Amino acid sequence: MTLGVSKKEKIDDLAESAGVSLAASAWKRLRRSPVFLIGAVIIGIFIVVSLLSPWLAPHNPSDPMLIDQVVKARNEIPPPQPGHPLGGDLQGRDFLSRLLVGSQQTLIVGVGATLIGLTGGLILGTLAGALGGWVDSTVMRLVDVMLSLPSLLLAFSIAAMFAKPSQFTVILAVAIVQIPVFARLLRGSMLAQRHSDHVLAATALGVKKGAIVFRHMLPNSLSPVIVQSTLVLATAIIEAAALSFLGLGNPDDRIPEWGQMLGDVQNVFDTHPHLAAYPAICIIIVALGFTLMGETLREALDPKNRR
Amino acid sequence: MLRYTIRRLIQLVGVVLVLSLLLFAWMRLLPGGPVSALLGERATPESRAALTKQLGLDQPIIVQYFKFLGRAATGDFGVSTGVQPGDSALEIFLQRFPATIELSFFAIVIAIAIGVPLGYLAAKRRGGWFDNFSVIGSLIGVAVPVFFLAYVLKDAASVGLGLPSQGRQGDINATRVTGFFTLDGILTGEWDATLDALEHLILPSIALATIPFAVIFRITRAAVLDVLDEDFVRTAEAKGLTAQLIRRRHVLRNAMLPVVTTIGLQTGALLSGAVLTEKVFSIPGVGQALAIGFERRDYPVLLLLIIMATIVYVVVNLLVDLSYALIDPRIRTR
Amino acid sequence: MVHSVTARRRWVAAIGFLSVSALALSGCAQSQRDSGGGGKEGGTLTFGAAGAPKLFDPFYATDGETFRVARQMYEGLVGFKPGTAEVEPALATEYKPSEDGKTWTFTLKEGVKFHDGTDFNAEAVCFNFERWYNQKGAGQSDAVSQYWLDNFGGFKDTPDKPSLYKSCTAKDPKTAVIELTKVTSQFPSVLGFTSFSISSPDALKKYDADNVQAAGDAFTYPAYANEHPTGTGPFKFSKYDKANNTVELVRNDAYHGTKAKLDKIVFKIIPDETARKQALKAGDIDGYDLPNAADWAGLKSDGFNVAIRPAFNVFYLGINQKNNPKLADLKVRQALMYAINREQLVKSQLPEGAKVATQFMPDTVNGYNKSIPEVKYDLEKAKSLLAEAGASDLTLKFYWPSEVTRPYMPSPKDLFGAMSGDLQKAGIKIDVVTKPWNGGYLTDVDQGIPDLFLLGWTGDNGTAHNWVGTFFGRPDNRFNTGTSPWGATLAADLAKADSEPDEAKRTALYEEINKKIMEEYLPAIPISHSPPALVLKSDIKGVVPSPLTDEKFGPASKG
Repeated sequence: MTLGVSKKEKIDDLAESAGVSLAASAWKRLRRSPVFLIGAVIIGIFIVVSLLSPWLAPHNPSDPMLIDQVVKARNEIPPPQPGHPLGGDLQGRDFLSRLLVGSQQTLIVGVGATLIGLTGGLILGTLAGALGGWVDSTVMRLVDVMLSLPSLLLAFSIAAMFAKPSQFTVILAVAIVQIPVFARLLRGSMLAQRHSDHVLAATALGVKKGAIVFRHMLPNSLSPVIVQSTLVLATAIIEAAALSFLGLGNPDDRIPEWGQMLGDVQNVFDTHPHLAAYPAICIIIVALGFTLMGETLREALDPKNRR
Repeated sequence: MLRYTIRRLIQLVGVVLVLSLLLFAWMRLLPGGPVSALLGERATPESRAALTKQLGLDQPIIVQYFKFLGRAATGDFGVSTGVQPGDSALEIFLQRFPATIELSFFAIVIAIAIGVPLGYLAAKRRGGWFDNFSVIGSLIGVAVPVFFLAYVLKDAASVGLGLPSQGRQGDINATRVTGFFTLDGILTGEWDATLDALEHLILPSIALATIPFAVIFRITRAAVLDVLDEDFVRTAEAKGLTAQLIRRRHVLRNAMLPVVTTIGLQTGALLSGAVLTEKVFSIPGVGQALAIGFERRDYPVLLLLIIMATIVYVVVNLLVDLSYALIDPRIRTR
Repeated sequence: MVHSVTARRRWVAAIGFLSVSALALSGCAQSQRDSGGGGKEGGTLTFGAAGAPKLFDPFYATDGETFRVARQMYEGLVGFKPGTAEVEPALATEYKPSEDGKTWTFTLKEGVKFHDGTDFNAEAVCFNFERWYNQKGAGQSDAVSQYWLDNFGGFKDTPDKPSLYKSCTAKDPKTAVIELTKVTSQFPSVLGFTSFSISSPDALKKYDADNVQAAGDAFTYPAYANEHPTGTGPFKFSKYDKANNTVELVRNDAYHGTKAKLDKIVFKIIPDETARKQALKAGDIDGYDLPNAADWAGLKSDGFNVAIRPAFNVFYLGINQKNNPKLADLKVRQALMYAINREQLVKSQLPEGAKVATQFMPDTVNGYNKSIPEVKYDLEKAKSLLAEAGASDLTLKFYWPSEVTRPYMPSPKDLFGAMSGDLQKAGIKIDVVTKPWNGGYLTDVDQGIPDLFLLGWTGDNGTAHNWVGTFFGRPDNRFNTGTSPWGATLAADLAKADSEPDEAKRTALYEEINKKIMEEYLPAIPISHSPPALVLKSDIKGVVPSPLTDEKFGPASKG
C-alpha cells in the first residue's frame, strides 16, 4: 500500500501522541527540564536580537563603506578596526552589522518555511483525515510521490525550479518539502481520533462535521504539530544554507541572511575563514536551540513517558 | 510477500512517470534552457528562434514529453549541457554512480559502527552524564550544516593528520575494472591504489556520516530503552538470566527492528548529503554532478539523476521492508 | 599539500579547534624557480581543464575547453603571433589580396602531412572550405557552426543568408585562391581562429565528418569529431578516457615544423575550481586555466608561475534606451558614467593588471583611440547632469547575472554591489533584478527588458570590427541604439569602416568612430579590461600567455 513505509511510520508514531490532557503534565515537566530551558533561552535571545537588529546594527548592512580597503587582487578585505569590530566582508560592508541584521532574515526563513509547510499540510491532512474516502486516497498518493524523494534533494530540486531565485523561493522550497510530513502527521492523528470517545459523543449529539473537525479534532492534533514545527524551524535554517551553498539561494544579498552569508563565501573558506565561521556558528547555535526545544517537547508529550 | 513486492514496484513505476513528467515540464517551461546553454552570450534573437525550432522546442510540451519517453526507452536521456557538455546523461550517471555508492557505503558503515554501540551504552546508562553528553552531541551533529562541517574537517584534519584533503579524482595510472576505486585495486592486485582510495575516503565519509550517525544513535537509544521496559526483559531478569545473555538474546535483537528501518531511511540523507559532501571534496560522483547540474542548470542531467535517486531511495527502502520481515516473523503474515 | 598550510591554519584558529603552532613557513614554500634551463625533451604535461571538450572537430567547436584541445592538434592557414592578436603565416607562408580586396591568394607550405599521412595541399584547403560552405541540416545550426555563421554568414543552400565565401580554387598544389563576396577587415585574420583549421580530407570523408544530427535537445556528432580528429599540428589525438576524465594527445613525430618537446599532453577534467587548485598544489596537474584572481598572490608565493595574459576583453555597463525615455538623453547616460567610480571598482574588485576602459576595445586593437581621455569619477557632475536633464528622481531596472563568472567579470555580484552603491549615491533609485546567466538573464537582455545590465566581450581577433562592430553594427542591438537618431548612422559608419581595404584609412575611421561613441553617443559605459591568467608549475617552460587564450603547448617543455 505504501511507499517508504518506514519514514511514514515515524511520522505516524508522532501523530499518535495527540491528546490535550497531555499538555498540562507536559508543561509541568518541561519547566523543570534544564535542556528545554537552555533551548528556550537561546531562542528567546535569537528572537529578541532579530527583532531589534535594525537598531542594534551599528551600520547599514548593505553600504560598501569600507570598499577602499578591499583589494581582490591581493585577496585583502577590511580587517577589524575601530567602529567595525569584525571588519568588512568581500564588498567592504560592515560584517557585524550584517551578522546582526542577518538574524532577522534567518528568523523569517525559519518561521516562513514552517508556517507555509504547516498550512499546506494542515489543508491536505485535514481534508484527508476528516473526509476519508477518495479525497484521502488522492491526497495520500500525492504525499507518497513527494515522500519518495529524499527530502533535501527534493528541496534542491524545487529551488532549482524557480527561474528567478529569491528569499521567497528559498522559503517555498524548504516549506514544500515539509507539507507531506505535516499532512501525514495531521491525517494520522485525525484518523486516530475518528473513533475516539469524544468524537463519537459529539457525532451522537448531532454536532456538524465541520464543527467536529475544527473544534474537537484539530485542537487535539496540536501537540505533535508543535513538536514537528519546532524541529522544522531548525531544519529550515540549515537547509536554506545548503541551498545557498549550491547556488540555489537568494542571489540578492543586500539584506543578509546567515545561510546565504555562509553559502556565498565558499570560495574564500580557506583564506578568510571567519567570514564563514561566524554565520555558521550562529546557525548551529540557533538550530541547536530549536532542536533542544523540539526534542524535549517530543519527549514530554510522548504518552509512554508519563509513567 | 511477492505480491507486496510487485505492487510496490508498480507504484514505483507510477511515481517515476509522474516525477519525470513534472521534471520534464519544468525543464521546458523555464526560460533559457538548452538554447541558452548551447548559444551562450553570442546568441542573437534570430539564432535563438532558429535553434528553438530546430530542436523541436516549439512543439507542445506533452508532445515533447512523449518523444522524450520514446528516446528514454532506448537509453537516450539527452545530452549534458553543463556537467560534462556533450556527454550523454546516462553515461554520466553510470560513470559516476560507483563513487557515490562507495562514499555512501563507508559513511553508513561509520554511522552504524559508532551509532549503534553508543546508542546502546547511552540507553543502558540512561540519565547519566554519558547519556546526556552523547544525546546533546548528536543534536549538535544535526545542527551543523553538512557542507560546513565538511570544510572544517577538510582543513583541520588534513593539516593535523596529513590526510588527503580532497576526494579521489581518479588515478590515471590505476586500472579501471568496476569503477569502484577501492574494489578495482583489490581485483587487479594494485594494493597501493586501494589503500590510496581508502585514504581519500576517510574525511568525506566522516562528514557524510554525521547525520545518519545522529539519527541511528538516537533511534538505537530509544529502541533499547523501549525494549528494556518490555515485560519479556523483566521476565528474563526475574528468571535470573545473566545480563549478557539478556542483552544478546532479547534486547539487541528486538531493538534492531527500528534501527534497520532507520538505516534504510538514511539512504535519503546520504543521497542528499552526497551532493554537498562531494562538492566540497570534489569527488567525481553523482552528488557532484547534481551540484554542478544545479549550478549550471543542466536539465537533462538533473532530470535523470533525480529520477535515479528516487528509484534508488525507493528500492533500498523496499529492501529494508523486506528484510524487516525476515527479522521479525510477525510481519511476514501481513 | 604543504603549500597551503597558512590558509588552513587560519581556518583552524578561527574555529578554535587547535591552538596555532608555529610551523616554519619558509620550509614549506620551497622555491622551484631555479631549475632547468633550455627546455628538456620528453615528459608529460598534465593540464587541469574546467570541463570536458564537447568534441574534437574544431569546426563545430564553440567553447574554450574544446578549442584548447583542438588547437594543439590543428593549424590554420594563418595563425596568431604568440602572445599577441597579430596575424602571422602558418600553413600558408604568404597571402595577398587582389586590388579590390575580394580575391586572396594563399601560398602554402610544402612538405606538410596530416596525421594520417596524407598530403596537405591546395586541394585539401579547398576541400575544407567547400565542406564548411556546404553544411546541411543540423550542421547549419547556430549551436553547431557558430563560428562560420558569425564570420562567414550563410551556406550554399541558404540564399536568403548570403555568405562572405564565394569560391576556392586550387591553382596548383601550393597555391589556393579564395574569392569573397565583399571586402571585410576580418579577412584573413578569421582564418586564424581554431574553428577554421584545416582537416585531412581523407579522414573527413572516412569518418563521415558532416553527419551532425539534432537529437532531442542537443546534437550528436560523427566519429570524426569524437574519435578521429586529424590535423597537421604538433600533437596527435591519442584517446579520450571518459572513465578517468582525461584526454590524451601524443607528439606528432612527423611534424613539419619544430617538433614538440613533450611526449604527451594529458587534459584532466576537474570541474571544481578549488579542486584544480589543490590538484596543482598536490602535484597531480602541471597547470590550469583561469585561477581565481584572489588566489594569484597565494599561488605565486607558493612558487607557481601565474602567467597573466594581456587583457583582451571589455566589461561594460549596458544601457537599454527602449523602456525608459530618460535614458535616451545623452546627459543621463553621461551622468551614469560620472557616477560610477570605475577606478575604485578596478582597484577593489578586479585582478592585478586590470585597467579602467576608456572605450569599447583594449589598446592592442587597431583603431583604439589614444586621445580619448579617461573620465574621472565626479559625483557632483553626475548629480548636476541629472538635474539638467530633469532626471533627479530616476529609477532604473538594473540586471545582474547569477551563476556565472567571466574573464572580464570575475564576480558579478560584487561588481554589481559596488556599482549600484555608486549609482545610489548619485540619487538614482535601483530596481534590482537578478537571474541565472543561462536561466533567463541573457534572454531578458536580448529582449531589452533591463534598463541597465552587466555584460562584456572577449575578443576573437585584433580587428576593431570584432569589438565595436559586434556591439553596435546593427541598430537593433542589445542597447537598442536604433531608437536614437544616431544609431543607424553609427551602424552605417561601422559597415563602411569594415569594408575599407586600406589598413591605414580603416584604422583612422575606427579611431574616429570610437571618439564619437564615447563623446557623442555613449550607448553603454565601458568599465574595465581585466587580464585573465593561467597558472603553471615553474618547471613548465615555453607556454606564452595569449590575449586570445591561444596558448600552444608545442614549444612547451617540462623540467
